[in-house]
Amino acid sequence: MKTDFWYRFFRNKLAVAGGIVVIALFAVSLLAPWIAPCDPNEINIDRVLESPSSEHLLGTDQLGRDVLSRMIWGSRISLKVGFVATGIAILVGAVLGAVAGYYGHWVDSVIMRFVDVMLCFPSFFLILAVIALLEPSIWNIMIVIGLTGWMGITRLVRADFISLKERDFVQAARVIGAGDGRIIFRHILPNAMASVLVAATLGVAGAILTESALSFLGIGVQPPTPSWGNILTAGKDNIDIAWWLSLYPGLAILITVLGYNLLGEGIRDSLDPRLRE
Amino acid sequence: MVSYLVKRLLTMIPLLIGITIICFVVIHLAPGSPTDLQTELSPHASVEARERLMALYDLDKPVHVQYMLWIKKLATLDLGHSFSPDGRPVVDKIAERLPITIIINVLSMILIIAVAVPLGVISAVRRDSLFDKATTIFVFVGFAMPTFWLALLLMILFGVNLGWLPISGIRSLNYEYLPAWQQHVDLARHLILPVLLSAFGGLAGFSRYMRANMLEVIRQDYITTARAKGLSERVVIYKHALRNALLPVITILGLSVPGLIGGSVIFETIFAIPGMGQLFYLSVMSRDYPVVMGILFIGAVLTLMGNLLADVSYAAADPRIRVSS
Repeated sequence: MKTDFWYRFFRNKLAVAGGIVVIALFAVSLLAPWIAPCDPNEINIDRVLESPSSEHLLGTDQLGRDVLSRMIWGSRISLKVGFVATGIAILVGAVLGAVAGYYGHWVDSVIMRFVDVMLCFPSFFLILAVIALLEPSIWNIMIVIGLTGWMGITRLVRADFISLKERDFVQAARVIGAGDGRIIFRHILPNAMASVLVAATLGVAGAILTESALSFLGIGVQPPTPSWGNILTAGKDNIDIAWWLSLYPGLAILITVLGYNLLGEGIRDSLDPRLRE
Repeated sequence: MVSYLVKRLLTMIPLLIGITIICFVVIHLAPGSPTDLQTELSPHASVEARERLMALYDLDKPVHVQYMLWIKKLATLDLGHSFSPDGRPVVDKIAERLPITIIINVLSMILIIAVAVPLGVISAVRRDSLFDKATTIFVFVGFAMPTFWLALLLMILFGVNLGWLPISGIRSLNYEYLPAWQQHVDLARHLILPVLLSAFGGLAGFSRYMRANMLEVIRQDYITTARAKGLSERVVIYKHALRNALLPVITILGLSVPGLIGGSVIFETIFAIPGMGQLFYLSVMSRDYPVVMGILFIGAVLTLMGNLLADVSYAAADPRIRVSS
């Protein structure tokens, strides 16, 4: 089963490409201090808004900082937001979905109505409203993105639980006296992790997009901490003179999100070829 | 149909109550809430703002009383007064900005359907063709595209370099002096980029969904029957298959409402369009809590309405839904 998975995965060129992008991104953000050519926060007012040159490969920003270095450091933000926000979403989504699917009846109704209500809110509105009331710090953003993004995972996990809880191995576990908690978390949940893994990979992509949009609007990661989104804000402010500030950070977001999406779809297809259209 | 409508309306009630509860919880995150008063306030809430919040949400009363009083105000559409210097009722501020937001969203929805339906149908009918592959690539890039970035690029291209389209606001400076027909042209020119961009996000998902739907329908027995009785491929695809593949699209349209409304914050801010999204952004930046809460509530209610409208039109179009539910 495992070798089947890897065989199918490696035959899917797009999925492998996505995986390479994701690994490369990890490498860049881990190695940021060593590979960034300049200090990302070093201001140089003599070299403001210089177009790309051999010295500053991607040009400089409105404070004369090296754009390439800021983007390399900015990749850390994307990585962090993607994983922490998705981690929170999975934690909330998996637990609620498991409980709803396992217990059924009114517990299920209450949780699923809660999901319906949460889905009524345009998630970007909810995120902005909460950020407006709290401070726009990176931690708040990660938490809020996570807490507004768990509903899809709840639905997936619940559906898995409803079919899995009738299976023989669950009955067997119950017969030997395993409690509900043990059955849910040790026996059923591991079997439902496949769909969660796929949702998580796609979720990371979504979280990165949301963070960049928030930072772009100035409500996300606050300067001077570099993030791809807030470099684009400078791009908008200097839209008629410095195209490089707008072009490169956006390209980085596009490629990163594309990488995660391809990886996620690849994992899904490799886990269960029948799911392919 | 009537009994379906009644049933569907009844299911809205718990959702509406849920929406008010979540809004209420969010309000309590505001500085000035009872918890914050004990732990000394965040500095950005002035004493005056805190007092106004206290009065608006009756923060000095027990929680359940606060909630009931707040609901009573909501029922009469009393969302309080803005904290901004004009101090106008929140409802008025939202109402005057809602039309332009709805116009842009409706236009982009029309654009999404007009482009995504043919795209999905053709790539399904010509599966694995060059066209299909190109569409798939477009869909993947579309999913990953930060649309605010695409907006920047198009602004640079059409606004700055080519100078074809305005990149800010919905009217030119000389709008007042233009003859009526030119006013319309002016408005349309201002709306091209925002509508295009807010449609872009939905295009990818929608055409992929349409393609999957069409593939599913083509496999059905009645399509084989239609072919077997000698109908031309044209009639089979565009009359028998398309109609059935279009049905679930109605639901997806309903589901795309929150995304479109949420996206309006970004586009209206980038293009300086005086709609609800921009008002939301400005209120968030100036911590105008009553307006923020008002738009959050209205946004959720609009989504609810969108879903209701989608479900009802689905039931009107497909009798099976009315009978089975």
